[in-house]
Amino acid sequence: MAGTKKVLVIGSGPIVIGQSAEFDYSGTQACRALREEGVEVVLVNSNPATIQTDKETADRVYIEPLTAEILERIIEREKPSGILATVGGQTGLNLAMELHRKGILQKHGVEFMGTDAEAIEKAESREKFNVTMRSIGIPLLPGQIVHDFESAKKFAEKIGYPVIARPSFTLGGTGGGTAYDESQLKDILDLGFRLSATGEVLVEKSGIGWGEFEYEVIRDADGNSVIICTMENFDPLGIHTGESIVAAPVQTLSDRDNQMLRDASIRIVGAIGVKGSCNVQFALNQQTGQYVVIEVNPRLSRSSALASKATGYPIARVATKIALGKKLHEVKNAITGTSAAFEPALDYVVLKIPRWPFDKFSKSNRTLGTMMKSTGEAMAIGRTFEEALMKAMRSLDVKPPKAIRPQWHLNPATDQRLYAIFEALRKGMTVDELNKETKIHKWFLERVKGLVALETEIANTNQPLTPELLLRAKRNGFPDSLIANLKSMNELEVRSLRKKHGILPTYKIVDSCAGEFEAVTPYYYSTYEKENEAIPEAARKILVIGSGPIRIGQGIEFDYCCSHAAFALRELGIKSIMVNNNPETVSTDFDSSDRLYFEPLVFEDVMNIVENENPEGVIVQLGGQTSLNLAHRLADAGVRILGTQLEGIDVAENRERFRELSEKLAIPQPPNGTATGDGEAHRIANRIGYPVVVRPSYVISGRGMAIVNDDNELTAFMAGAAEISNGSPVLIDKYLDNAIEAEVDAIGDGKDLFIGAIMEHIEPAGVHSGDANIVLPPLRMSKEARKTIVEYSEKIASSLATVGLINIQYAVKDNKVYILEANPRASRTVPYVSKAIGVPMVKMAVRVILGEKLKNLKPSPRGKIFAVKSVVFPFLKLAGTDISLGPEMRSTGETMGLGKTFELAYYKALMAAGVSMKQAGNVPVAFLSLRDEDKKMVPELAKVLASLGFEVCGTKGTVEGIPGACPIPKIGQGSPDVLDTIRSRKVGIIINTPRKGGSSSTDGFKIRRAAIEQGIPCLTNINTAFEFLKALKELKDKPLEVRTVEEWIQ
Amino acid sequence: MARGGTRAVLLLQDGTALQGEGFGARAISQGELVFNTSMTGYQEALTDPSYAGQILLMTNPLIGNYGINAKDFESDKVQPRGFVVRNLSPDFSHMEAIEGVDAFLERYGVPGITGIDTRFLVRKIRTKGVMPALLATYEGDFDFKKLKVDFDYSGKDFVREVTTQKPKTFGTSGPSGKRVVLIDYGVKMGIVRELVARGCEVIVVPSFSTVEQIKSHKPDGILLSNGPGDPAILTETHKTIRELAKSHPVFGICLGHQLLAHAFKGSTYKQKFGHRGANHPVLERKTGRVSITTQNHGYAVDPERVPDGFEITHVNLNDNTVEGMEHKELPVFSVQYHPEASPGPHDSKQLFDRFVKMMEAR
Repeated sequence: MAGTKKVLVIGSGPIVIGQSAEFDYSGTQACRALREEGVEVVLVNSNPATIQTDKETADRVYIEPLTAEILERIIEREKPSGILATVGGQTGLNLAMELHRKGILQKHGVEFMGTDAEAIEKAESREKFNVTMRSIGIPLLPGQIVHDFESAKKFAEKIGYPVIARPSFTLGGTGGGTAYDESQLKDILDLGFRLSATGEVLVEKSGIGWGEFEYEVIRDADGNSVIICTMENFDPLGIHTGESIVAAPVQTLSDRDNQMLRDASIRIVGAIGVKGSCNVQFALNQQTGQYVVIEVNPRLSRSSALASKATGYPIARVATKIALGKKLHEVKNAITGTSAAFEPALDYVVLKIPRWPFDKFSKSNRTLGTMMKSTGEAMAIGRTFEEALMKAMRSLDVKPPKAIRPQWHLNPATDQRLYAIFEALRKGMTVDELNKETKIHKWFLERVKGLVALETEIANTNQPLTPELLLRAKRNGFPDSLIANLKSMNELEVRSLRKKHGILPTYKIVDSCAGEFEAVTPYYYSTYEKENEAIPEAARKILVIGSGPIRIGQGIEFDYCCSHAAFALRELGIKSIMVNNNPETVSTDFDSSDRLYFEPLVFEDVMNIVENENPEGVIVQLGGQTSLNLAHRLADAGVRILGTQLEGIDVAENRERFRELSEKLAIPQPPNGTATGDGEAHRIANRIGYPVVVRPSYVISGRGMAIVNDDNELTAFMAGAAEISNGSPVLIDKYLDNAIEAEVDAIGDGKDLFIGAIMEHIEPAGVHSGDANIVLPPLRMSKEARKTIVEYSEKIASSLATVGLINIQYAVKDNKVYILEANPRASRTVPYVSKAIGVPMVKMAVRVILGEKLKNLKPSPRGKIFAVKSVVFPFLKLAGTDISLGPEMRSTGETMGLGKTFELAYYKALMAAGVSMKQAGNVPVAFLSLRDEDKKMVPELAKVLASLGFEVCGTKGTVEGIPGACPIPKIGQGSPDVLDTIRSRKVGIIINTPRKGGSSSTDGFKIRRAAIEQGIPCLTNINTAFEFLKALKELKDKPLEVRTVEEWIQ
Repeated sequence: MARGGTRAVLLLQDGTALQGEGFGARAISQGELVFNTSMTGYQEALTDPSYAGQILLMTNPLIGNYGINAKDFESDKVQPRGFVVRNLSPDFSHMEAIEGVDAFLERYGVPGITGIDTRFLVRKIRTKGVMPALLATYEGDFDFKKLKVDFDYSGKDFVREVTTQKPKTFGTSGPSGKRVVLIDYGVKMGIVRELVARGCEVIVVPSFSTVEQIKSHKPDGILLSNGPGDPAILTETHKTIRELAKSHPVFGICLGHQLLAHAFKGSTYKQKFGHRGANHPVLERKTGRVSITTQNHGYAVDPERVPDGFEITHVNLNDNTVEGMEHKELPVFSVQYHPEASPGPHDSKQLFDRFVKMMEAR
């Protein structure tokens, strides 16, 4: 590989369930590692909210759809000599393999860097993997590759149910599951065959209840191998490792057990021929000592990100150097200055807990299994398992359930199982009983039991809170707030009692060597010990509060912002201190900031850092709602909040105060009122008339927001909304039908305002801005409306005394501009805007926050192009969920399309979001089913479709009277009915606009689910549909133009 | 944690005193405080005779999770004089476990301390070097201010304490098997197991055996075992080894490697805090291969004084210390690390194959 000068790196695209921020982290590290070696890096990723797509990370950055044809065009343009397939998740790996299979790489002389196609094939193809394992005598669960249901059934009967079905080449266990009988097997396989890239599915004996273990290996071309991290799943086999609580290092294995799995890992990785990083998963029957290998990932993975953060070992960096042909011992360990050829020793316990989106998808099935449903994860570090567990739980930023019935969550497990275990132990269930029910290792259950016992001891009213007890509670990870709760005190009383007794946290370094060598990594975690290793430096320093686990509404965008703040501070010569708890991210890379505290993002833990470090101020506006919500308590404790002050934050966040401000500034709002109770809400709704939008205060991404059509719905919604809003007022405003929604991202310096961009939503107002397709510059808005938006934005920003970032949302109807809300913080569109206009908005905001003036900074947007942001949804993974959109955000990730025309940009953004343009372009049947309000548009829609060569069919109510259109019977009322038609894949595009969210028994719901499962583009909004067709018409047969971001915006 | 009310104190020679909870035996014990960074394998470490005269600290904070089993004994007793951990698990759970660490230590009269900031101690040892310490467990009132650390590790012959008193035979040499005389300076049973597994008959002899006594067993090869203490003071063994190496294949491990160096006029020095763990990367110079190795030593061979006729074959990638050497003409070689692992990685087991081949080639 010597002499490789130019390498193509494939990113992982939008954040989806199973593929999150970890690939920005590993991809960014890989790009930097390549450039260190003098390699020119060509990067392709469709996700703008990534550090990887910053122009500082790679030489040539393409934000283009991740498809084989686009990549081929880029290869033709760039002529790279190598391709790095292993840092872009399953997406990057599958794409590289597709390019390989199609002969595109060979044709252009592009070689695999590191782990090559043959090795990838051996690891990813179930058939080849099984053969390889058998050839070296590594045990597997009895399993068989099947291509049709009959052979699956036969095999399942032979080995006995339950069986696990795993489709080949899919991500996060998509389409897989455990079947307890034939009908379940059929359901799983129906989906599995469609989703498997090769149409093959592995059916194997279920080892449910065995312990699950992971070994993270790095191997070089000479076969030198090291184990970077061992991990043990708290949840036994049967639950995807991404859905499991995971501890590192392994906790219940003897050295003999551990070495058995270590030996197997090294042999497996060797037999596959990995050159780089690989994750190996085992199941171990802890009653018999028998083990099997479950699967391997011959690439950087979520587990490798966790392993990196758990150990401090930069796996992506080292794996990339190995891909360039270096030997393990030739790579330097950046932490200790010694060689990278060693195995980290941990002197702490790491615990990861997944973060699930069920707060957003209350109707979805919460059962956990072999398919991933979680969007993100929180990690915590402690010197004991108990301490790490308690820290991880509060890092999730989730309210524990008020009441829980353990039996409903233990088996099968739900996302609430951990809480259920606590509760079951409180109610007197024994460890043995729990172990029988859940198969969770007794050692883990004993730890929870100890926590419950300690809880009881503290709660005992005869038991004074002695210094000894307080210290014991802290060493077991109990937060002050919990101790306060148990003792009927308030948190600050506990805090001061603690301080009085000198019970203060100490900070220890994550150094990869258990203290054996002097480490230079400024990577800390808190614990209650004797020695504090985080001695504050005497320098200018600022604390940046991160955004925690990735969840819907608070995704990678905020980590992007926090990372940029650290970079900006470094450029300014100020020490940055980062606090965050998400192991997947760039912000928690130890060299992103000057000091990293891997800690929960709650008041107590953040305040402790402030007291240890004494920074000159804290930036709260970049970590989403998590950090912003800490502002009040930090300020009350005397901490200096940098940027927009509390008063401004409060006016913007409190619906009532914001309504008053708008009135004072004479900025129109949709007719509205604020209510704290049900009665008040009804009075307002009836005054302004239904439909109305209900918006709670202080929420992220429309949590609890809804469009409400009548009194009954309002009553139902108020119950939930009031709780989410924590007693703050709820805004009820008139729903502006068919208004254009617009928003701005801007930077204020207290005097001037720099508007990065005015963005226009393609969907009408009412669809959450995070779920909308967005275009900049605006498409349909008049010049006058834009002028008004600028004017209003300036007024609002100045009234809020905005210093730093602000996002303001508007609705434009009949050329009149209404304000909807203002967010005095970074928004999720900031990275997208930054890239589209070529201005690093966050870095500039940080300079402004530190006192520089916009008039001196002179930001100047570049780019005369269209940039469209599109979104991806987790619907496929979450059964029982309707895909229609509303004011509550449900997307997990975003893509960006760039082009000289809107159509090109939009087409590429959708394509990047996985909308099958091929399906739409090649199967000339369109299926229509529209709500009553949209039916007037049917004739025009049919005309456009016809001009594109589509044959139109649809439900009777929709296509009746349209010449040439073919009505199809409703579900169950004829054959073939609507569902049969869609499932036969003879439909290229579905346009289905639902009346409102709700019952999953409606035909519309079933149609949309079927569309998702069949991968047919399904447009649920009439505007989106027209724009989509326009783009399709424009670009159907044309080669798509690709350029680097810099070229586009020049 | 282990038993309510049992307290313990750890005193260091530099005056540091840490109080924690006690477990194991009620005792006052002194030894050289050393740390081991291996994350699994506390049972093997506790029974490793190389820890004679030392108080062992495990850097992994959670110890005892999987209890003690009947298989993972490296010798027949607990060897270190005290055991220091951050968090002894009050319960244990493993299909092979027969008892907990607490009861195990108590049976062998060794005290333990838990609940203290072990990382603080590691950092102290890293900067100041290993030092003598005293570990006392007690109940109720106990005035530990009167206790004094007056232990001296250097110059003591710990091998005498741990070597076998008379020859013992393991395995039987089959038709093609070889007979190994293993000179026991404090051998880990793992070494014996590896040789027996390769069809060797292993005769474990006392460290003070004479050349004649050893030769009387008619060995095909000589294995110099690991063991505790300073190799420089064992001058008699230097001569014995020199003599045996003239006529027999020799494989030295750990202390055996250091003694071999002395036998050929090399030299050793005491390291600041030694190597104890299961993650030490060793580079084989000739092949460029890296092995992750188990190590447990406080002395090392001086690279400035390469033993007569030897070349350095292996080095430690962390600090470039000598990890292995071989004689340029004789079938004699040695490594500083533990190819038998237990605990630790199995990367280097082929060294036993090499030794067997040497015996066969003779």
